[in-house]
Amino acid sequence: MERIPILKMGEYLLVTIQVDMHDRLAMTLQDDLTSKIVSARAKGVLIDISALEMVDSFIGRMFGDIAAMSRVLDAETVVVGMRPAVAITLVELGLSLSGVRTALNIERGMDLLRGLIESRGDGAGSAE
Amino acid sequence: MANDSISMLNDVLQKDEGALLQSWVDNQVSSPTFRPDRTSRQELSDHSRRFLALLRDAVKGGDADIMSPSWLGVRQMLDELSVSRAQQGFSPSETATFVFSLKQPLFDRLQIVVGTGVEALTRLWPTNLLLDKLGLYTTEVFQRGREQVIIRQQQELMELSTPVVTLWDGVLALPLIGTLDSARTQVVMESLLQRIVDSGASIAIIDITGVPTVDTVTAQHLLKTVAAARLMGADCIISGIRPQIAQTIVHLGVDLGSVVTKATIADAFAIALKKLGLSVQKVQAVPRRRDESAAADVRQSDDRREA
Repeated sequence: MERIPILKMGEYLLVTIQVDMHDRLAMTLQDDLTSKIVSARAKGVLIDISALEMVDSFIGRMFGDIAAMSRVLDAETVVVGMRPAVAITLVELGLSLSGVRTALNIERGMDLLRGLIESRGDGAGSAE
Repeated sequence: MANDSISMLNDVLQKDEGALLQSWVDNQVSSPTFRPDRTSRQELSDHSRRFLALLRDAVKGGDADIMSPSWLGVRQMLDELSVSRAQQGFSPSETATFVFSLKQPLFDRLQIVVGTGVEALTRLWPTNLLLDKLGLYTTEVFQRGREQVIIRQQQELMELSTPVVTLWDGVLALPLIGTLDSARTQVVMESLLQRIVDSGASIAIIDITGVPTVDTVTAQHLLKTVAAARLMGADCIISGIRPQIAQTIVHLGVDLGSVVTKATIADAFAIALKKLGLSVQKVQAVPRRRDESAAADVRQSDDRREA
């Protein structure tokens, strides 16, 4: 079965979505990612969607859900590399993903994540 | 009945084309709608000759419906004429007069065939209808020609009015001018997002000094643009909010939410620099060569504006 790989880099998890998402793949990703956060004791999750060309309301909501789930598991999520067309589609669908942090590319996303985790300190709770 | 009138028309056109053309052109030139500044007698006469020739061919087919294939030539000629007149700035009635002015000379000749009286009137009726249809067709095409001009201008306006400028490395500005409707929002959003990707900018300033009014729809569009830029990972600042617009926004109950707003683009730029960890400093005045001190003056005046 098709799966999206989740890479572990230190205390961060790196998810690169290279294929077009369909609903089952999204559900699998949610399952895999939540269990990986727990098993790897990850503090931050970086999702790279620069190769994602199409998005629907389900996938859009999935990003919001993943961010919320990670927060419950004490990890910060940053979505990076969204294409203009995808951003416009999500806004037109009414999904502004207000709970998700975003960055332009992996480099910026990593900086943001590092900053977030540093400012949080040792499990201090609130970010920024 | 229709066939009768068509065959009469055919006869007149066959026998008397030269004289008919002559008096038609005279009629057009003497009419108050003749525009010597836009067209000449020679040109009119060429058009009229072509039209009569095409009309004769069409009538030969014996069909009275101007939308039928045998009238294709006539229609094409009228299309061409109306569109070119629309672009030259003729009025619709001036354009339609081209066909309507044919009535008098044509009916003068037809009357010789049918005589006078009530019966003659009924025999002339279908020809009258035919010319009316041709005249209306001209007006319709004219209107379409004008609409094409308007649509093209709209497109050009849309492309002209949405520049994205780079204020600093990593800071983009989008000065909006004119009303923000859905179509323009789409263009604005696309060009802004594309520039964010191309330049890797992390802050975008949307300046609405040139937007005359902000209603709920405009505010909605602005918020959409801000949300889309945020999804791409760039922060948006809205600047250039005039006092009246601030009042309108509050009276309408528009919730700008967490969007950063500033009164002037200078304030927005200052915030953008701060977010990037940059600052603008006054240069210590030291004696230097003339060309350098001129540059320093410019820098100083910049500093004052930012402060």
